[in-house]
Amino acid sequence: MKGNTASRLKKVLSAGHLAVTSECGPPRGSDPEVITKKANLIKDHVDAVNITDNQTSVTRMCSLAACIRLKLLGLDPVLQMVTRDRNRIAIQSDILGAASYDISNILCLSGDHQSFGDCAQGQNVHDLDSMQLIQTVRHMRDDGKFLGGDEIKRPPQMFVGAAANPFADPFEIRVPRLAKKIKAGAEFIQTQCIYNLDKFEEWMKLTRDRGLHEQVYILAGMTPMKSAGMAKYMKNRVPGMDVPDELVKRLSDTPKEKQAEEGIKICIEDIQRLKEVKGVSGFHVMAIEWEEMVPEIVEKSGLYPRPEV
Amino acid sequence: MRLSYPTNIKIIRVPCTGKVDILHILRAFEKGADGVYAVGCMEGDCHFTSGNFRARKRIEQAKVLLDTVGVGGERVEMFNLASSEGPLFAKFATEFVDKIKDLGPNPIKLKKKAA
Amino acid sequence: MIVADKKPIEEIIEELGAHEKILILGCNECVTVCEAGGKKEVGILASALRMYFLNQERDVKIDEETLQRQCDHEYLEEIRDKVDQYDAIVSIACGVGVQFTAEKYFSTPVYPGVNTCFMGATEERGLWTERCQGCGQCILARTGGICPVSRCAKRVLNGPCGGSSDGKCEINKEVICAWQLIVERLKALDRFDDYEELSPLKDWSTDRAGGPRKVVREDVQP
Repeated sequence: MKGNTASRLKKVLSAGHLAVTSECGPPRGSDPEVITKKANLIKDHVDAVNITDNQTSVTRMCSLAACIRLKLLGLDPVLQMVTRDRNRIAIQSDILGAASYDISNILCLSGDHQSFGDCAQGQNVHDLDSMQLIQTVRHMRDDGKFLGGDEIKRPPQMFVGAAANPFADPFEIRVPRLAKKIKAGAEFIQTQCIYNLDKFEEWMKLTRDRGLHEQVYILAGMTPMKSAGMAKYMKNRVPGMDVPDELVKRLSDTPKEKQAEEGIKICIEDIQRLKEVKGVSGFHVMAIEWEEMVPEIVEKSGLYPRPEV
Repeated sequence: MRLSYPTNIKIIRVPCTGKVDILHILRAFEKGADGVYAVGCMEGDCHFTSGNFRARKRIEQAKVLLDTVGVGGERVEMFNLASSEGPLFAKFATEFVDKIKDLGPNPIKLKKKAA
Repeated sequence: MIVADKKPIEEIIEELGAHEKILILGCNECVTVCEAGGKKEVGILASALRMYFLNQERDVKIDEETLQRQCDHEYLEEIRDKVDQYDAIVSIACGVGVQFTAEKYFSTPVYPGVNTCFMGATEERGLWTERCQGCGQCILARTGGICPVSRCAKRVLNGPCGGSSDGKCEINKEVICAWQLIVERLKALDRFDDYEELSPLKDWSTDRAGGPRKVVREDVQP
């Protein structure tokens, strides 16, 4: 691989450790404390922190500014970038801006449709799609050139990631789509939240059958359930989510005041099971507005302390 | 059967209520009709399968338009009966005429006269 | 065809303000097929407006006319002799017709009577759906004859996105995921291997992004 990035995440992965990442959503306001506080809660327990980019199309503080704050605190941020809101000029420009702070990880996404958010009447851009964004970052890094062909002075050095949904439809393209992202240049993958472990393991098997696990680092996405209500919501309302009935039942059968604790327990059990799956290179723990639970999950899953690299 | 029904109704025969167009209804009001109603076959018994359903949709459309322009959607109605139901035909006629009488004349007709 | 939808009469009334001699101008092409701006709709709109103004005790003349097309000079010329009789035209052709009429009759206000929606097909009477956005560089050969530019909510060229679920789009369960269709069609054509071909960055300069477009065909120019 050409580029030489200072990504801590990449170093952990290439040293053969199971990596741990988490995510923070920026605030709906300009208070910098919100993001730094969240980051400080988890910084000793993760290798890198994703900063979401106006997730679910609700307008928030920009991912880039929040990433810069984390970088200045000495953390390794993962800049999430959606193609919904930027054309290729803005994309390249934001990448350079991030690179000027040596932000060294990027996660390339298309983004939820704007109709979910607070600006449903707005335009979307989608000049590029997520695969083409991967190609763009790789082109800027590896060839040191803009899309227009001109040379970039001090090209960005970024570890390039993409999302994957092992449960997405149509099912026959779940693995081919991963292959396509790898072909586009993805170096690490963070998956959609995994609740159906059997199905995920089947996807991993198909992935291994094609040797794809040797071409990309796959981080399994884990989100602890806070309550039976959340499980039901995820099952019925969130597109592309596969929540088995047994999980909903297990939470529903737990007394209300103990459901959160049970959710954490399930998450830890799942991580421990998936640690044994060949091709799983780490975990992306997304405790949505529940960041304070990340240290406990990481410790009890046997992923603490984080390696020095 | 020698049934009696109001004499102020002008009957326009059509092969099927499916032939009744929204334009026919609107023109009738433009020309001063105080009310318009269509009498079709029982729903499900249309000789042409769905003519009476189409008529009902057009009546609904006309209601909206007439409300918008200030004539009043309640001046147009759809009734269904079987061909053997003469007494019902007379009953619908009486009912509708009574309703229109309560509503008073077509406002456009009044204003046309005034102009 | 170009698919349009009727504007609410209230909106047209508002557009018309104090005009007193109005021509309702329909078009015999696309908008007739999608039942928004043909001769029949001209009649309905004119009749409704006449009743409205009468009821308002305003003496407004409303006439009706439907041209073969409003996007061709020769047909638009047909009303030249009588345009002076009117102080406004409501065109219920598509946005092309409204503008072409306005360009030709420069001193007569021309108001739109429909909302022009998209280029689409009649799936059944009363149901029209989008098929093309006129991006200027057709990629249907690569995508199994199904257009992700017009039929994917994110116009994703290497789809589907993560929001595809049970073959439906994340924006609405009634919207079919274009990429689901593409995958199915590629399979039916025995071309599923093509799915893994990366679609390159698209040149959008022939799309709306490139500014107002034109097609020049010297071979057919007079």
